[in-house]
Amino acid sequence: MTAVDERPETAQDDAKGEIGTARKRKEDQRLITGRTRWTDNIQLPGMLHLAMVRSPFAHAKITSIDTEAAKAAPGVHAVLTGKDLGESQGVLINAWPITPDQKTPTHLPMPVDRVAFAGEIVAVVVARSAAAARDAAELVDVDYEELPAALDLKEAAQDKAIAHPDLGTNKSALWVFDSKEAGTGGDVEEAISKARTDGVVVEREFRQQRLIPAFMEPRSVVVDPTGEQNVMWSATQVPHIVRFALAATTGVPESKIRVIAPDVGGGFGGKLQVTPEEWLAWAIARRLGKPVKYTETRSESLLSAHHGRDQWQKLTLAATKDGELTAFKVELLADLGAYVAVVGGGVPVLGAFMFNAIYKIPAYHFACQTVLTNKTWTDAYRGAGRPEATFGIERMMDELAAELGMEPFELREKNWIKHEEFPFTTVAGLEYDSGNYEAATAEAKESFGYDELRREQQERRDRKDPVQLGIGISTFTEMCGLAPSRVLGSLDYGAGGWESASVRMLATGKVEVVTGASAHGQGHETAFSQIVADRLGVPFEDVEVLHGDTQVAVKGLDTYGSRSLVVGGEALVRAADKVIEKAKPVAAHLLEVSADDLEFSGGRFGVKGTDQGLTIQEIALATFAAHNLPDGMEPSIDADSTYDPVNFSYPHGTHLCAVEVDTETGQIRMRKYTAVDDIGNVINPLIVEGQVHGGLVQGIAQALWEDAVYDDQGTLVSGSFVDYTLPTAADTISFDVHHRSTPSTTNTLGTKGVGEAGTIASTPAVVNAIVDALRPMGVTDIQMPATPERVWRAIQTAGANQSDATTSDAQPHFDEGAPNQAPADASSTGTPTEGAGQ
Amino acid sequence: MIPAQFDYVAPTSVADALAALAEAGDDAKVLAGGQSLLPILRMRLNAPEKIIDLGRIEELRGIREDGDSIVIGAMTTYADVLASDLVRENAGVLHDAVTEVADPQIRHRGTIGGALVHADPAGDVGAPILALDAVLTVTGPSSERTVPAAEFFKDLFETAVGDGELLTSIRIPKHAGWGSRYEKFVRVAHQWSIVAVAATVRVEGDTIAEAAIALTNMGSTPLRATAVEESLVGKPATDDAVREACAAAADGTNPPSDLNGDSDYRKHLATVLTRRAVLAAAGK
Ligand SMILES: Cc1cc2nc3c(=O)[nH]c(=O)nc-3n(C[C@H](O)[C@H](O)[C@H](O)COP(=O)(O)OP(=O)(O)OC[C@H]3O[C@@H](n4cnc5c(N)ncnc54)[C@H](O)[C@@H]3O)c2cc1C
Repeated sequence: MTAVDERPETAQDDAKGEIGTARKRKEDQRLITGRTRWTDNIQLPGMLHLAMVRSPFAHAKITSIDTEAAKAAPGVHAVLTGKDLGESQGVLINAWPITPDQKTPTHLPMPVDRVAFAGEIVAVVVARSAAAARDAAELVDVDYEELPAALDLKEAAQDKAIAHPDLGTNKSALWVFDSKEAGTGGDVEEAISKARTDGVVVEREFRQQRLIPAFMEPRSVVVDPTGEQNVMWSATQVPHIVRFALAATTGVPESKIRVIAPDVGGGFGGKLQVTPEEWLAWAIARRLGKPVKYTETRSESLLSAHHGRDQWQKLTLAATKDGELTAFKVELLADLGAYVAVVGGGVPVLGAFMFNAIYKIPAYHFACQTVLTNKTWTDAYRGAGRPEATFGIERMMDELAAELGMEPFELREKNWIKHEEFPFTTVAGLEYDSGNYEAATAEAKESFGYDELRREQQERRDRKDPVQLGIGISTFTEMCGLAPSRVLGSLDYGAGGWESASVRMLATGKVEVVTGASAHGQGHETAFSQIVADRLGVPFEDVEVLHGDTQVAVKGLDTYGSRSLVVGGEALVRAADKVIEKAKPVAAHLLEVSADDLEFSGGRFGVKGTDQGLTIQEIALATFAAHNLPDGMEPSIDADSTYDPVNFSYPHGTHLCAVEVDTETGQIRMRKYTAVDDIGNVINPLIVEGQVHGGLVQGIAQALWEDAVYDDQGTLVSGSFVDYTLPTAADTISFDVHHRSTPSTTNTLGTKGVGEAGTIASTPAVVNAIVDALRPMGVTDIQMPATPERVWRAIQTAGANQSDATTSDAQPHFDEGAPNQAPADASSTGTPTEGAGQ
Repeated sequence: MIPAQFDYVAPTSVADALAALAEAGDDAKVLAGGQSLLPILRMRLNAPEKIIDLGRIEELRGIREDGDSIVIGAMTTYADVLASDLVRENAGVLHDAVTEVADPQIRHRGTIGGALVHADPAGDVGAPILALDAVLTVTGPSSERTVPAAEFFKDLFETAVGDGELLTSIRIPKHAGWGSRYEKFVRVAHQWSIVAVAATVRVEGDTIAEAAIALTNMGSTPLRATAVEESLVGKPATDDAVREACAAAADGTNPPSDLNGDSDYRKHLATVLTRRAVLAAAGK
């Protein structure tokens, strides 16, 4: 995979004017006060409401569905099953079959005779009110015949029980990258066996637990089929993709479908899906000829909106005795859940390009086996593939440093790409355009007080303090700005990666900006207004950003993968530049000078060497009037641009985390967190800081708190926020956040992405810190989330394994006598406290 | 989440509430702050036909002094308990525990009576009430009785309050001059207790003269750690002595296993937290 080699000439690095100003977000007042339009606020005349009946079983045959009692309930209009809707419901698509022979189960929005995960919809009640629909849903009587369920990922990979019997296997696809085959590096097996004789080889297995995106606004959809256009409002990240997929799978022409994402309350990837609920609302509205609404409950959201991560990673890292990396082998098992979602197996595969991270690794092999199970389907979750990869390599670098007895920074520095080596083509085949790992690291160490904390760590060790200190490092990079269309094509992804923008100069001098990116909390309206105001030299207040409606933003590929600024922002810059180009001959004509005598600055075309000139806003009015335009010119200076990126952008940074571990209880307390992110030029530092803070908390939450746990029946045990322990502000500390700016050379603004960086970087920093605190006791890993119980048990087990000779390192003595050596994974036996939180 | 349909009444006196309860029988539920009942209704774990809201009954609210005791009305909110000097001075460990309940929004709605009758073993007010030897007043249609805290909690979500009865007040003997600590162990803020320990002790000189300790979520009801209390009395308030006395804190308990920790881990936590709570209560 190579990036397309054509770049714009200028990379602007002197940020000034609107760009770089920490403006408060203009959308926040309406979002925070709720005086805006969320999907669930929409009321249409004659609108009916849907309630879903969902399977309690992970895998079962539907033997019968009795809907009579529900149909007879007050206010009920209809009760529909998969059989009733049949083909009219369309199918849900996987846009990225990762191999030609990928096994992809048919995914009907509502199955006809078999359910494949607990939470799958088996019947829909349509009623005059949401309450009546809910009441009647209780009356639908479904008979199931349970089938053996594929639940545990490793067992599923051995086909012990089959998630979809018609496929005959749970193994969906095996995607392989090998540096020798690709010609980007050497032979991994050879390098590993050499290291086994004269170097070091570290082998580890890590678990990426299953996570739930847990956006603030539960998903909601309204469909109105009553006009010539079928209109869908949906709390989605991807209105354009939803429209395309609806057209492609239901046969209704795109021109008759309008999809609107009004204000959307977060997504984190969780709303880039095309969902069964959207498809059912669509099919039922059209069948009944009436508008319908469905808004999920939080419980339904946790249960049935797609989950994220969930993989086992088997990693082998080889190096010479003095710490030079020689090979990295990555073997993944990735849980797709019950169906292959829209990106599906593409999510772990994105990791293939990132496991090598910032390091020069001569030989690299990546193999990802995707596996179907009878659990909720998985897809992108903030970072999508890159957090998994970053975790893997950054944990391994610490493990290798420990094995070699090297300071972990020294090992990293020895192997990372030096700043003078950019652009650099990696062993995974990407071309990193720019970076400065040395500078980010130096700044992070300084601000963190690295040496001081190391001293304190030693003191605590020496005095056998029950509270130990650990320091975790994560020097990460990521690829963002999805994505050059040709690259996506080479990976068999079903769409491109361009973005579209329009800049319209209104008669009054105001500017209407249309973007195909679809914000759901990021602050696009503010940042994009800043870019356009800066480019056109008009006041920030005069710019209005329109988005999220396929009839307004007619072209677009929406928001995910930290793409909005680096791809959508670049489209905007180009459209604005075209506006200036189009306005220039008008200005020359009105000022009666040659266009060559004009220079554009601060929103005004000035005649060189004079004080004569016209502002672009004056030209907008003159163009609207069209009384006096150059001959043959059409009366418009509006412009569109569709931009296809030439490369990804590569933010990077150094994150440092210090944790205190209470060895008596296993409790973790965060002491300090420093993040130095190089994200290129910054449009709005306030928005950037918000993205970094939120990202950090989400990544830390994977390390410490969140876990979607199923019991051995396939029931989601962590099905409410009582058991799915989502952190709040009260669980965080004040982060020490810095940014540096090595401008990207592949876009005009010199920006990189920032939406996912914090999440990608922070998880390994936290786990490395915990392991660092406990390594002298013999602890080499803690499975995520690092619950107090797991930490405590790891200490017990490691302590018991250490011989008397090492008691100098043994940690405080515990009250309870003999350490308990039960396995650290308590989750499999766990059931939640009954009634807790009720 | 939409609850099933119900009728709603809001009486203004205890007598009217009891009458409404008697009339509706099994199909009624009383509503206090709603912080446990409403989630139950919304998740449709229960669908009573009638809700009797106690929110307008003034006589059930407030905190007063009565000789050697303080008396807290069942409908007093956590926030009011927290703001009360009477509670802080005379029932310090209750004050400490209430600071750890959920978050300010919930503390402004939730009531101490509702929490006690709900009797979630992971709830935070049961243990301090038990440790403080409170006496609870339960009022029925024809009579009123008092129940010592030790006999109040029967099982998971089950108390001495019978059908057709209301908890009306909680009487707590004054513990002026006692030190206190509620040691709550959670993974994230605003979480229910994984384990918690309510400890209140009276120290004379350097010696522990009296000690009262109760455990949260170490069984189906709050538990009094009597053996630990007995072995603490007369001991110096030092790390070693307290550590030794608290080693038995989990003896005889049967805590649950769940996602936050299994039973053995909870037992281990109980010993560590009891030691910490006692030392802190003793001012160490
Ligand atoms: C997000 C969240 C977090 C929470 N975290 C915690 C926590 O950390 N620690 C903690 O201890 N609690 C926690 N709670 C629970 C909270 O403390 C509840 O307020 C409490 O359990 C119930 O009190 P209430 O006044 O709201 O009662 P309600 O919910 O109104 O009633 C609870 C039950 O008691 C009955 N009842 C109420 N009053 C009486 C009465 N006077 N006589 C007879 N029956 C009565 C009701 O019929 C009902 O069955 C949390 C709750 C929520 C929603």
